[in-house]
Amino acid sequence: MDFTSVAFADVTRTFGRRRVLNRISFECRAGEIVALLGPNGAGKSTLLSIAATLLEPTSGIVRYGERDAAPAGAALRRQIGLLGHDLYLYPELSAAENLAFFGRLYAVDGLGRRVASALERAGLGGRRDDPVAGFSRGMRQRLALERALLHDPRLVLLDEPFTGLDDAATAMLQQRLEDLRRAAAIVVVTTHDLETIEPIVDRAVVLHGGRLVPVEPGAGTLRERYRRLSGERT
Amino acid sequence: MTSFLETAWLVVRKDLLIEVRSREILYTTLFFAVASVLVFAFGFVREGRAVAQAAAGILWIAIAFSGTLALGRAFERERINETLRALLLAPVDRPALYVGKLLGLIVLLGAVEAIVVPLVALMFQAPLFAHPWMLLALLVSGTVGFAAVGTLFAAMLVRARSRDVLLPILLYPITVPVIIAGVRGTAALLQADVDLPMARAWLSMLVFFDVVFITLALWTFEPLMTE
Repeated sequence: MDFTSVAFADVTRTFGRRRVLNRISFECRAGEIVALLGPNGAGKSTLLSIAATLLEPTSGIVRYGERDAAPAGAALRRQIGLLGHDLYLYPELSAAENLAFFGRLYAVDGLGRRVASALERAGLGGRRDDPVAGFSRGMRQRLALERALLHDPRLVLLDEPFTGLDDAATAMLQQRLEDLRRAAAIVVVTTHDLETIEPIVDRAVVLHGGRLVPVEPGAGTLRERYRRLSGERT
Repeated sequence: MTSFLETAWLVVRKDLLIEVRSREILYTTLFFAVASVLVFAFGFVREGRAVAQAAAGILWIAIAFSGTLALGRAFERERINETLRALLLAPVDRPALYVGKLLGLIVLLGAVEAIVVPLVALMFQAPLFAHPWMLLALLVSGTVGFAAVGTLFAAMLVRARSRDVLLPILLYPITVPVIIAGVRGTAALLQADVDLPMARAWLSMLVFFDVVFITLALWTFEPLMTE
């Protein structure tokens, strides 16, 4: 299955008595990069987990094009790429083995070639057979990004993708996001690096107190507008 | 989409590859099982003579306790880097992930049993190899039943804060029938007048438990793993 939009309709999620997301409604379209901002513990990762079908909303629905998550199942998951705060890599396996393992689970065509080019993009071509346990945080982050994108997903969910990256790797990731936009992917990025994300996002939304508020275009940098919005709501 | 069996095989191969490199689960479970057998041998063997039929019980206690240790560690590995979430996100039949984890654990416990069974036979002078095929059938079916329930519970508890305490509390009451059948079936092989029909009856019960537990686990794995 394929889709060109993801729409949240009145999505609420509670953990016990704590309401993390409160009637969230918003839509992302193909070829769009959306920044999901908010303070620590605001529910950004929860929202990404719901979008990734790993977590069910307490109420409300998420629609992928015309389809709901539950009946679409594995076919929908094939179209989702998630880079979590934890990197979903096996430290005992090499970089190439990690990519090959997940590539096989996703039935990626031409896997050997895809793994080689993904490793080159991650700048790990020379370390392909080294165990991930010996990699720095930045190297792991680059590898995890390639793992998430190996199967060319339509919906790309990135949780703090700039963590641990040096300047060169940050520039490469920005370029990668631009490429994803050109490939008509739907990209949702959570980050606190507002200066880094500002040149490439189409729009930004803020999660605050369980509610989602758009950061309106206007005077000032993204950080200034975000601070104004956060200040108004506290 | 990757087929059910292919997915299970990928997970087994990945788990065994990691284990071959780290040897963490094999060494810890083996050490624990061997230590248990030795401690029991000091308690139950007097002047070279073992307490009658103690060997069967001690063998299965060693398997159950070391199996619990292996279950906890196998899923701790998936928890540390949240790789379980990546597996659940993959476009595969989720029960195939369960089968893959189960088969990996069975192989590991099989390796532990390959050392523990001869050790029990030696320490307790038990004629465990008098009927090797029947013993093998009891061990395989008992291990499958124990691991089938254990794999499901360990996966369910992977994000629970007190998972190390909860796993044995949930696991042992449910697997008591498996352990009893294993002990009684093995004891039937060890008595002076070997009772093969009784061993076969307990084996049939173990196979029945295996079918029930695996069916229930395959049925419940996906809903239980969706948060």
